[in-house]
Amino acid sequence: MVAIAPVIVAEDLKKQFGEFTAVDSISFSIAEGEIFGFLGPNGAGKTTTMKMIQCVSPKTSGTLTVFGMDVGTHSREIKHLLGVVPQENNLDPDFTVFENLLVYSHYFDLPRARAESTIMTLLDFMQLREKKDKPIEQLSGGMKRRLLLARALINTPRMLILDEPTIGLDPQARHLIWDKIKALKSQGITVVFTTHYMDEAARLCDRLVIMDYGRILVEGGPDALVREYIGTDIVEAEHNPGVITCLTRSGAKYDVWGDTVQVYTTNPQEVIASLLHDCALGTITARAATLEDVFLKLTGKKLRE
Amino acid sequence: MGYFTLPRLSNRVWKVWSRNRAVFMKTYRVNFFPPFLEPLLYLFALGFGLGRYIDVVEGMSYPRFIAPALISISIMNSAFFECTYGSYVRMYYQKSFDAIIATPLSIEEVITGELLWGATRSLIYATIMLPVIAAFGLIELPLSLLIIPFSFLAGFLFAAIGMCFTAITPNINALNYPSFLFITPMFLFSGTFFPLELLPQPLQYFALATLPLTHLVGITRSLTLAEPSSYLVLHLVWIVVVSFILFVLAVNLMKRRLIV
Repeated sequence: MVAIAPVIVAEDLKKQFGEFTAVDSISFSIAEGEIFGFLGPNGAGKTTTMKMIQCVSPKTSGTLTVFGMDVGTHSREIKHLLGVVPQENNLDPDFTVFENLLVYSHYFDLPRARAESTIMTLLDFMQLREKKDKPIEQLSGGMKRRLLLARALINTPRMLILDEPTIGLDPQARHLIWDKIKALKSQGITVVFTTHYMDEAARLCDRLVIMDYGRILVEGGPDALVREYIGTDIVEAEHNPGVITCLTRSGAKYDVWGDTVQVYTTNPQEVIASLLHDCALGTITARAATLEDVFLKLTGKKLRE
Repeated sequence: MGYFTLPRLSNRVWKVWSRNRAVFMKTYRVNFFPPFLEPLLYLFALGFGLGRYIDVVEGMSYPRFIAPALISISIMNSAFFECTYGSYVRMYYQKSFDAIIATPLSIEEVITGELLWGATRSLIYATIMLPVIAAFGLIELPLSLLIIPFSFLAGFLFAAIGMCFTAITPNINALNYPSFLFITPMFLFSGTFFPLELLPQPLQYFALATLPLTHLVGITRSLTLAEPSSYLVLHLVWIVVVSFILFVLAVNLMKRRLIV
């Protein structure tokens, strides 16, 4: 495999807010052209990491370079190459759709004529052309997210930073955003994003990390992580002492979540057969293992906030 | 990060300025009306109403005495309220500053652009008020025209004062405190509607030291009467020095608030 120069390198990256450590000595490296996901419960440190990458929140210690430049000393150069979709909508309510993009293009020194043609292309790409002269308040949630993505592309960035890009969207709007993200990847743009949606991460990411309490727990491709931590399938059975005895005897990998037992396996038929044969059981269901199983296994089911 | 670190700026500050100008021009009718109407209301109520009972103030008619104060108050209000409530809404509710600092602009440039826009609003208001007041023959021309460039400097001072409060206010309602405890007393006690000399001596010194509007009125009155006050240079130096200090402080306070 040809080694591609990494576009983001973090080593021992740390961020403290007073006594609280939001990001605790994490190291990762993202290659050009990758879609890289940051997953984790609320408060895991994902957004803080995004803010350090986009040079708006200074790191406490460690090193962080983007396109080979230090975030502390070359913020302006780095920001020129980035497109950012923030978690919270910050479109300018004082302007229309078109004006939002035009005003934003000024910040990147785009000449007016070029800006206008880029804006029309982006409005077509995001299917917003007919909303061109509408004020922001008349847009639906999905349209606002699409406009934010269009705005992030105004400077034809080499990398996109997306903080929960499909939060609160309906399935149609989410699929549209996913299609656009994939289209952008095919143009060679590196995409770094955070999400709470495991299906989104599994669908989009080349690689991802799962964070918790400011640390990176695991890193890898979505399928590889599922195979490594769960297996291919999960068999769920009702939790009772008989089942546990059976499973312990057969040496299966399992976890107990409340009143269900989850058995991790690569051979669900065999597990079902042995459970039915050896133990007296109520309901059994088998399903494919997903990234969500990895996530919950690693971060636990306890509510965070 | 100290409170008086000199900000590093580029001409990108004008990009923030032109964003605010674009919004202002979108609603120009409602924006241009107050500076036109305000001096008329004050002149009729105080100048020609209350003023009928006042023969002379410091050797002149009452409307002539308060004319420069009306311009000064408008310079103060337009910049101060733009950089308190206006900036706070853009910062907190619209998240405009967050959006802008994700681009090559820095927070120092955003805040400086906001201050320059606040100063520009003062200049616009002063420029509209001058001919209205001049139509009543209350100010000396052409010397009074110097108020136009001066209003930008004075506006910058009040923009910086406002921005310091915006940087430390816990919420938008708390901005009422500087409005009522600082701006309103200043409006009344800065040699605006009666001569500063009528105040007890210690209060005069207090006003000169802490109420920026006294210096502003000192300069505009010298210009509208075409009679330079002996303190003209002192007033100007005070405004320049304090503007610069508060500008640096405002940028640093905002940086502390927003860059965490």
